[in-house]
Amino acid sequence: MTGRSANVLTGTRIRERRLALSRRQAEVARSIGISAAYLNLIEHNRRPVGPDLIARLAAELEVPADELAEGREEIRIAALREAAAHPVAVGTSPELDQVTEYLARYPGWSALLIAHARRAGGLERQLVDLSDRMTQDPYLLTTLHEILSAVTAVRSTAAILVEEGEISPEWRRRFHQNLHQDSQRLSLTAQALVAHLDSFEAEGQAATPQEEVEAWLAEAGADGPDPSTLASDAAQAMAAVLLDGLQADRAALPDAVLAGAVADAGRPVDPLRLAGLLDRPLDLVLRRLADLRPPGFEGAGLLACDGSGVLTLRRAAQGFALPRPGDSCALWPLYHALAVPQVALSRTVVTPEGRGFATLSYAQRRQPRGLDGPLLTDALMLLMPLDGPAPADALPIGPACRICPRLDCPARREASILMPQAGPGGRA
Amino acid sequence: MKMDILMIEDEPNIAEAVRFLLSREGWQVGLHADGAGAIEAIRAATPRLVILDLMLPHRSGTQILDDLRAEGDAALAATPVLMLTARGQSAEAGARADEVLAKPFDNDELRQTVRRMLP
Repeated sequence: MTGRSANVLTGTRIRERRLALSRRQAEVARSIGISAAYLNLIEHNRRPVGPDLIARLAAELEVPADELAEGREEIRIAALREAAAHPVAVGTSPELDQVTEYLARYPGWSALLIAHARRAGGLERQLVDLSDRMTQDPYLLTTLHEILSAVTAVRSTAAILVEEGEISPEWRRRFHQNLHQDSQRLSLTAQALVAHLDSFEAEGQAATPQEEVEAWLAEAGADGPDPSTLASDAAQAMAAVLLDGLQADRAALPDAVLAGAVADAGRPVDPLRLAGLLDRPLDLVLRRLADLRPPGFEGAGLLACDGSGVLTLRRAAQGFALPRPGDSCALWPLYHALAVPQVALSRTVVTPEGRGFATLSYAQRRQPRGLDGPLLTDALMLLMPLDGPAPADALPIGPACRICPRLDCPARREASILMPQAGPGGRA
Repeated sequence: MKMDILMIEDEPNIAEAVRFLLSREGWQVGLHADGAGAIEAIRAATPRLVILDLMLPHRSGTQILDDLRAEGDAALAATPVLMLTARGQSAEAGARADEVLAKPFDNDELRQTVRRMLP
């Protein structure tokens, strides 16, 4: 917007304010040391108004200076127009052609309307996010399935005991045992569900910043809208760093170069050989394969962690349900790679649902601050969904102990909510 | 003797209750507890009715149903299927299975449905 058009609004606002105070133009002009003719030109938006003059006018008209300042009105007018464009305004016919006058005459009511519209918009967005989470959260879906299964078993078994007449002592004992087992499972699962739902409220938003960025990246890709569209400041900062990294990677290994090399490579493509052919570091090639997803890598995902095992990047592979941030499975080959830096580990894994994924994991050590600085380790794992069933020798992995049904897993560190009797160390 | 009903259900306590109920009606009931190997179990048993849970490990109920309907043996492919679902999943499953029963179900409702499908 040009300064002239900005002043159109400012001039109108000055005039509206003066009239609201029933002050004469000549009187106000004299008080602030300008001619009545010049104030008339300002009020009719034919002269720019500098900050000093704005301050004097504001003091004379008993209004905060920023109420008259350039730019502020445009933002408010845009906010009022946005409020008028909301579906709830259908049929109310707000006088859009008088929005400037409304804002000038009733700044307090305008601010209130804008505040309400913004709050309603924020709540609507939160509601949509929560709704998405309720229908897509793998933790929630798994937990609800568990509850439903336990309730079904309890209902059928209890009805048998009450309604089926004569039942042998052996069957009666088994049904009582089953009821006891299912009631325990229901109790634990319900507690876990309540804690999970409480976390929604505690967060005050639909997802953690990491989840927000992951959803944004999955939906929009790195070529998507500006990260400033993300709701939280933390998510925006995280996305900006991520985009910088992606852009640096793309500059180091452009799409055309990578796509050409993949097309020329034999099938299946070996990323390690590809890195050699391209004369690029393997970690760069893995990141770029997950980003570009060229033929042979459709549906690929990428997980990255630092030396403490904390996941620093999570781009889900197709069909690979990510746990909540902060959770992971100790059996992911990503963590094996941390123990053997500079070695590419290829391993086929299978999820509890039976989905197979080819994985390639690679860790490297860095000393970004020289010999006196700390030794840092980080690792990447590229996941590629397999067509058809997983091979028999695939490594069984899970999403995270709490929602993993592999009760005899030797890496279990906490009980699964899926079965109450499961304990750490596979004590089932 | 040909099996009357093969139930494919990974929840052992549900499977046990259902087998008890239906066996009392005089039907011979077999169990298979995993999506993996389910179609092989159906081929081996050639039951008159399959009770199939929708959410199974390794292979879902709808995938198993697709496998069954694609069987080369026309009689086997036409085996009636009663799908057990969560209520929200009933519409999708109902379009594919012969009958659908939403969990948690009433025991009498289960018996009547099976009786209707297996006169």
